Amino acid sequence: MAIFIQQLLNALQLGGIYALIALGYTMVYGVLKLINFAHGDIFMAGAFIGFFLATYLKLPFVATLLGSMVLTALLGVTVERVAYRPLREAGAPRMSLVITALGVGLFLENFTRATVGAEPRNFPRLLETAAWDLGGVALTSLQFLIIGTALALMLALRYLVRHTLVGKAMRAVADNPEILGLMGVNVDRIIIFTFVLGSTLAAAGGILYAQAYPVLDPYMGIVVGWKAFIAAVVGGIGLIDGAMLGGVILGSTEVFVAAYLPSTYRDGIAFAILILVLLLRPTGLLGRPVVKKV
Amino acid sequence: MFRRIGRGALAAAAAAILLSGCGSPGGSGDGADVIKIGVSAPITGDIAALGQSTRNAAEMAAEEVNAAGGINVGGKKLKVRMIIEDDQNDQVQTANVFQKLIHQDQVVAIIGSMSSKATNAGAPIAEEAKVPTISPWATNPEVTQDKPYVFRACFIDPFQGYVAAKFAREQLGAQRAAVLYDVASDYNKGLAEVFRQEFEKMGGTITAYETYTTQDKDFSAQLTKIKATHPEVLFLPNYFNEVPLQVQQARKLGLNVTFLGGDGWDSPKLVELGGADMEGTYFTNHYTPTADSSAVKEFVEKYKAKYGQVPDAAAALTYDAARILFQAIERAGSLGRDQIRDAIAATEGFQGVTGTITYAGKNDPVKPAVVLKIEGGEFRYETTVNP
Repeated sequence: MAIFIQQLLNALQLGGIYALIALGYTMVYGVLKLINFAHGDIFMAGAFIGFFLATYLKLPFVATLLGSMVLTALLGVTVERVAYRPLREAGAPRMSLVITALGVGLFLENFTRATVGAEPRNFPRLLETAAWDLGGVALTSLQFLIIGTALALMLALRYLVRHTLVGKAMRAVADNPEILGLMGVNVDRIIIFTFVLGSTLAAAGGILYAQAYPVLDPYMGIVVGWKAFIAAVVGGIGLIDGAMLGGVILGSTEVFVAAYLPSTYRDGIAFAILILVLLLRPTGLLGRPVVKKV
Repeated sequence: MFRRIGRGALAAAAAAILLSGCGSPGGSGDGADVIKIGVSAPITGDIAALGQSTRNAAEMAAEEVNAAGGINVGGKKLKVRMIIEDDQNDQVQTANVFQKLIHQDQVVAIIGSMSSKATNAGAPIAEEAKVPTISPWATNPEVTQDKPYVFRACFIDPFQGYVAAKFAREQLGAQRAAVLYDVASDYNKGLAEVFRQEFEKMGGTITAYETYTTQDKDFSAQLTKIKATHPEVLFLPNYFNEVPLQVQQARKLGLNVTFLGGDGWDSPKLVELGGADMEGTYFTNHYTPTADSSAVKEFVEKYKAKYGQVPDAAAALTYDAARILFQAIERAGSLGRDQIRDAIAATEGFQGVTGTITYAGKNDPVKPAVVLKIEGGEFRYETTVNP
């Protein structure tokens, strides 16, 4: 029983990480219908910015977190301005934007490798993690922090999208940007806000991730980015609750497959389950079927 | 397309070099009283630091033997000249270097290359030309397979699995051991497999045999599973960039065991990334500058005086490879490539910096490994394990 509870905690920590990053995918997709494949690499950039702030400026945890959020948001906005907006303005097909996003991701990886180097870096431990042993179950304050932050951000985003003016504007952009523009709303500003939000979430995810897994390298965002993307799709991409649900489901499948079956089959079985979910619910667990009107 | 043009130009250049080599048979004029030995080292590229060590150690070995008058070949003292080429740890470049050393410089033997990847590109060329070759550092078993002219100065990967098992059983007195390894990497898999077999053969029990794949950062599920089987030792035959995360997560989960690994741990990064959590862990390695042996102390002092840094394993192995070759040439009593090959294979009880080396007619040496302990953030010599 103690082992089961321990594995459940492991699953929630991993799921919380996936959910944090999945929220960023889902925000951008929800507004722009763009799968921002650079998101995993923006997450990596957020972690590296945090690494520099904490290592060289010796900033404490909260300052590192906020500093990284601000700088990563700047990076996200720059990417939008330089890479995505020109394409949008030229009326390029959505596929071009997705390919551009992949290119931006590759650029960020290789730029980081060229400037910072490919060798792994150690992210300093900024938080005193308390650890408890409850009848064979090891608990750490970090697990609560990760799960708590993911939940809190999910609730905050839900509130923002549903109950604030800017949230309303975001939903309107998602619905029909042309008409919104004709009505005098600055659509670009809403899109920039969306990218600020997405990148800030990536930075927060990066810093928390680096506290749990303190080895950074330029390619750290690739696999985590894929998994978070899958989590977002399984939960229902574009839906904030879906990102959370998808993250926890993916984390749990990974942990419990490794826990009760040979760990070699972990990814194989975990992803087979996810494919099954999508076969049964193509729009994700929380997604509603889309009716196309001709 | 561009690349293809590049290759063509390269081939043309290589052909030109070959032709010019044929123009002056016997190579340079001083060929009669100098023994030319080729060195293929990754002086630039991704493992450049290692290539520098290779060059330094090769030069040092040559200077020493020349200062003593040279090598006695059939009653005549001949000086050694090292022809050192940069192979960039790149397969194409290594092949070019081997071609040049063999056909243009007409060396009697080659030391190199370092990585298994590069050596696998160069060794077949040496084998075909029947030029005796010793790779100091290529640990992959395949490097010397079916190549009578290709030797190595290091032990092969799986050997460390045996050393770790023996150390865990005999020195740590462990009865129960668990393994967590990267199933997507041959090095890790080979080590894990040999450790399991040997540990069980020595009467121990493997309580858990768990895997993950490269790039995984979360090992909590496997470690929780391992903890439930109550091992005394956890063998982690993985690389230095992943081991710290594994040890840290294990400690967080309250897994109180002795951690053990292989030469994939050998990097200052290990302690930098793992910090205090790495204290009291052990790993096997080729060599340590802190070993309690006069051969090592003498080598480290000389190298430090000459190059201002502590020699790494690549330097130690290159130095041994060069001296094995010198001895073999002397015993062969001729510069014939076949005689030198046979003399290397007959090497017995060679006292090297990395231990006593015997080839026993084979191409892979029988030699000891050292076990290091991490204490105070440093790698301390713990013991030597003989095969």
